[in-house]
Amino acid sequence: MTTSLTPPKGPTGTTAPPAKPGPAAISVRDLRVKYGDREILHGISFDIPEGETQVILGGSGSGKSTLLRTLVGLERPSSGEIWIQGKNFAAMTEEERNEIRKKMGMSFQGGALFGSMTVGENVSLPLREHTQLDQSTIEIVVRLKLDQVGLSGFENYMPAQLSGGMKKRAAIARALSMDPSILFFDEPSAGLDPIVAAGLDELILKLKKAFRMTIVVVTHELASAFLIADRMILIDKGYIVANGTTAELQASTHPRVRQFLDRVPEPEISEEMDYLQMLTGETPPIRR
Amino acid sequence: MSVTQSVGSGTINAVAYVGRLAKITAGAGRAVFVEPFRGGKVRYGASMHQAMAVGVEALPIISLISFFVGLILALQGAYELRKLGALQIVAGAVAISMSRELGPLMTAIVVIGRSGSAFAAEIGTMKVNEEIDALETMALEPVHFLVAPKFLAMILMMPCLTTWSDFMGVLGGSLFGVTNAGFTLGTYMQATLDNLHTRDIMTGLIKSVMFAVVITAVGCSEGFSTGLGSEQVGRSTTSAVVNSIFMVIMVDLIFTAIFYFTAGQ
Repeated sequence: MTTSLTPPKGPTGTTAPPAKPGPAAISVRDLRVKYGDREILHGISFDIPEGETQVILGGSGSGKSTLLRTLVGLERPSSGEIWIQGKNFAAMTEEERNEIRKKMGMSFQGGALFGSMTVGENVSLPLREHTQLDQSTIEIVVRLKLDQVGLSGFENYMPAQLSGGMKKRAAIARALSMDPSILFFDEPSAGLDPIVAAGLDELILKLKKAFRMTIVVVTHELASAFLIADRMILIDKGYIVANGTTAELQASTHPRVRQFLDRVPEPEISEEMDYLQMLTGETPPIRR
Repeated sequence: MSVTQSVGSGTINAVAYVGRLAKITAGAGRAVFVEPFRGGKVRYGASMHQAMAVGVEALPIISLISFFVGLILALQGAYELRKLGALQIVAGAVAISMSRELGPLMTAIVVIGRSGSAFAAEIGTMKVNEEIDALETMALEPVHFLVAPKFLAMILMMPCLTTWSDFMGVLGGSLFGVTNAGFTLGTYMQATLDNLHTRDIMTGLIKSVMFAVVITAVGCSEGFSTGLGSEQVGRSTTSAVVNSIFMVIMVDLIFTAIFYFTAGQ
């Protein structure tokens, strides 16, 4: 077993060895992120091996989205290191980060397609801005990328004319346009019906198989996570409480992991008395 | 919070706000004036699109408002001038007032309402929909990509609109001159040209460029500072209009004072 689950108490990320760029696609070392005075991520460390799908699990407010935003450079860490392709992404200038970003793709929760552009213009935007390809070549690439995500013939549609699932597929096509080596997904199944969500999971698996990409997915959808993941991290209150393969996570006896995987609510919310007390400020009569 | 603390924090906030405007302006200015010489791309297509929206589409409303403002100026001026038997001066008074002050100012007010608010709403909506984040993850600088075309369009179109506004104001004044002050259209225009100096027109045009910079910076800055949720877009749009009007009046005051004290005797 290459990675062991963490002991039940205390954060694990802080105990990782000092930074050393390795064969991993992404290595995070002692990463801390603050919003103002509030620390969201408390010194976490982990590696994402090349060509594998890493799912980052966690409840609302756990810090998983902050971690993803930091990995793609939308947030600056207060300390720590993010090694991507042998370079410390966290310590780079904006120009240097942009060079790395050209080799990354990101699919946002709501798609984040540009509403004033057609689907084809959305997909071609990185190509037009970052390459010297002529218009006809760009059009071929756009058709190819849309075909890969099952949206052939939708080049001239506006994002507002697409369904939720189609928007996410178009966003994936845009993320793929520069042939990235690392692909990030923020809640790919959120807001989709089970059939469309399953279709997206299948697409992620196909992309990984076809292009051998490193894929990082932030989600709290367990069924989707176990289907697509090679490895999983569970984040809770800014700490990594579990890091391992899907089988290791499933076999874990860590109370927080079990609570998350078995969908057990927080005790203070599940106890009716406490809840009502919270609402009314007084003790309700006990039901018989 | 004590009065001293309130004044202190208010001052810090105001300085920080002006700093944000300066940063956006510097970024857009670099994208438009420096990057093309370093092999960078300027989005001329987007700039043209913005120029149409900011300039050409604003022509009807600016024409109408400026015509009426010119007419009002003539009526108000004539109210006093006729007591002195100096109705002929009305042509020069309207021309100078329009070109030095009211042409650029009225144009700025209309452009704030039409375009400054639109900049804030557009960028604010993009922020809420994570489109700004998407730009950054695609290695595209949001100021370069979004603000630069607006900046270029505004600094080109505002002087054009102001010149047109000056002309329409003079035309409005001529309606009174021809019907009530014994001018023909030809003599009114001649009187206007006789009283108007290049400096008067240049004063207004310089102001109009400064207004363009302020309106773009405030509109875009408010868009970028939009919080989470669609109601925040409305807040940003309102702030963009209110702050732009205030900043335009401040810049107007500063430049009017500079032109006054540097005019010589």
